Amino acid sequence: MRPDPRPTLITAARVLDPESLRDELADVLLQDGAIRGIARNQGRPDGALLVDGTGCVLCPGLVDMRAELGEPGREYRETIDSAAEAAAAGGITTLAALPDSDPAIDDPALVHWLRTRGEETGSLTILPYAAATKGCRGEELAEYGLLAEAGAVAFTDGARPIAGSRQMRLALAYARGFGRRIIQHPEYPGWHGAATEGALATRLGLPAIPAAAEAMLVARDLRLAELTGGAVHFAHVSTAEAIDLIRQARTRGIDVTCDTAPPYFDLNETAIGDFRTYAKLSPPLRAEPDRQAVLAALADGTIDAIASDHQPRDADDKRLPFAQAAAGGTGLATLLGITLAQVQGGHLGLLAALALLTCRPAQILGSPAGRLAHGVPADLCLFQAERAWQVVSGTLPGKAQNTPFDGRALEGRVIGTWKDGRRVFA
Amino acid sequence: MTRDVYRFPHRHLLGIEGLHPPEILQILDLAESYALLNRSGKTSRDLLRGRTMINLFFEDSTRTRTSFELAGKRLGADVLTMSVSTSSVNKGETLLDTAATLNAMQCDLLVVRHDQSGAPALLAKKVDAAVINAGDGTHEHPTQALLDALTIRRRKGRLEGLVVAICGDMLHSRVARSNIHLLTTLGSQVRLVGPPTLIATEAASLGVTIHHDMRAGLAGADVVMMLRLQRERMASGLVPSVREYFRFFGLDAARLAHAKSDAIVMHPGPMNRGVEIASDIADDPVRSVIRDQVEMGVSVRMAVLDLLSRVGRNAP
Repeated sequence: MRPDPRPTLITAARVLDPESLRDELADVLLQDGAIRGIARNQGRPDGALLVDGTGCVLCPGLVDMRAELGEPGREYRETIDSAAEAAAAGGITTLAALPDSDPAIDDPALVHWLRTRGEETGSLTILPYAAATKGCRGEELAEYGLLAEAGAVAFTDGARPIAGSRQMRLALAYARGFGRRIIQHPEYPGWHGAATEGALATRLGLPAIPAAAEAMLVARDLRLAELTGGAVHFAHVSTAEAIDLIRQARTRGIDVTCDTAPPYFDLNETAIGDFRTYAKLSPPLRAEPDRQAVLAALADGTIDAIASDHQPRDADDKRLPFAQAAAGGTGLATLLGITLAQVQGGHLGLLAALALLTCRPAQILGSPAGRLAHGVPADLCLFQAERAWQVVSGTLPGKAQNTPFDGRALEGRVIGTWKDGRRVFA
Repeated sequence: MTRDVYRFPHRHLLGIEGLHPPEILQILDLAESYALLNRSGKTSRDLLRGRTMINLFFEDSTRTRTSFELAGKRLGADVLTMSVSTSSVNKGETLLDTAATLNAMQCDLLVVRHDQSGAPALLAKKVDAAVINAGDGTHEHPTQALLDALTIRRRKGRLEGLVVAICGDMLHSRVARSNIHLLTTLGSQVRLVGPPTLIATEAASLGVTIHHDMRAGLAGADVVMMLRLQRERMASGLVPSVREYFRFFGLDAARLAHAKSDAIVMHPGPMNRGVEIASDIADDPVRSVIRDQVEMGVSVRMAVLDLLSRVGRNAP
């Protein structure tokens, strides 16, 4: 996609760059796909498009480090085009896509294809994860070297945990040789359930997994990371116990990072009351003390990033008895709004919150995205922090509508997204 | 009719949880009167005339299905039973497709049994009929708890203050959950007795006490309620063997001696004789009320059908 030939001048916005801690009222000039000026009362070049940013925040385009796209293989749920539409509406300009599609992204040609499909949307950079094991089957290592050369940013089996401890050890050790991280879905393999074990699951009569199952796998993999010197990343951590283990491991010098997703700090297990399958997630929603621990870990820096954990499902996947319904919720359109709700609630500073959505995940992925500075590509998100809206399933951008936040009232809405200087959402 | 003075405030009966004591008592009182009418053979056969009641059973059941059929027929409803195989791959699609079919048939009362927790709740959102949960997965079986409560009340004269020991596989039991909700709501003290692998880790949050020893669990009990142990529990390793289970958690005369001398023995059926209950106890005409439970089942289901069909019937 060629950059917009016309310059754009966004005026009088509150310009925030979480990496440099820039926080100032300024005009920002976008030209030739890059940011060409950040200053007050900047002159307007001839023919420049003017965008009045008064009362709005301008920040780097969001970097979502975990999303399922539906393509290839499950286009009935979501396509790359529909996901890109939802991402742009959510202020997301860079997205790391999970490889457990059909076929799995375990071949360099597929990595290349995913990146190209992202470029074709014109609004979204797709950073492909590649499969940690061939076919994401958990048996043989994938070709990390070739996949990394093709552009794979890290290795993971997506929503399937890398189950065998020997397999995980090999993955961590081998990936280390190519400077890549292993991303683990920390649910203890072989334990199946639809909810977190506890009073609620007991009352609803649902098969349940104890919250400890997350900490059990995290403990094992931290030990393996220590053993191999490899780098491990835990996706969507959701329990106090796992977070404590990660916090302690850091002090021992283990190379560990982690992210969480909005449901785990905005909702607790009561959202599944009355068998609401849209709130059936993987990992399942937790008890209130765990939700609070996740929020505290976001504030104290233990958690490195907030990912959308977008998992598109269609109505037939969800309109089933709870235990049979597919797990997963959409997250692209609500990523910023739910995060800003924590800022409004006084749990996070605005710059710290935006860092979790931009430069910090970009750093984990080894991507230069997520910054707002002179000369960098003009990937930007403009939002109005006080603008109220309501999440309503059926009216969200993109194809999949299975949001766990249906009905949630939010303040803070994206009003403009730019990719390489072109406006891709208005 | 004077009975209509008390309006049952729910459109469906999906579970006991959430019902208030007066609502439960309203069902029990009405069921009690149906029990008397049934014995006298003077049941009115036109209360539900012209109404369609469908038994939708996604899981095998003889006892509950026939009990509902009989209840519906005694009230004069047009009763039909659909047994739907759950072996088809896409069960959920069948469930909602079935809902659309039932709406087209203008079914008034829908009795649902399903092997998945929450399936009747899902159907209730999609059908026009009043839905009665006849057992869903490991969630609830409300009419069973109601008939158990009625059986106890007729024998003991009250529910409040009674000590009820529920023994066996509570983890997988919808009967246990519904009974716990009902009995604790009406003031009984409920104990769960069984091996730790068959009792949910957070079961105490339901307001019960937990025992892993039958003698302690039964000590001073007014009611001993046995649960069925499915053979699958052995296959999945929750219990090592039948003989070990019966040795420690089966009910025989020696164990029953720890309960009060007038304690009654209940079982929701079907029984596994020699697994959870010894035959001489099950058949003991003085202690066992298992046959009364079956009789009260019909009366309770008549009461439920009656109350739920009042919505829209002779609308006040």
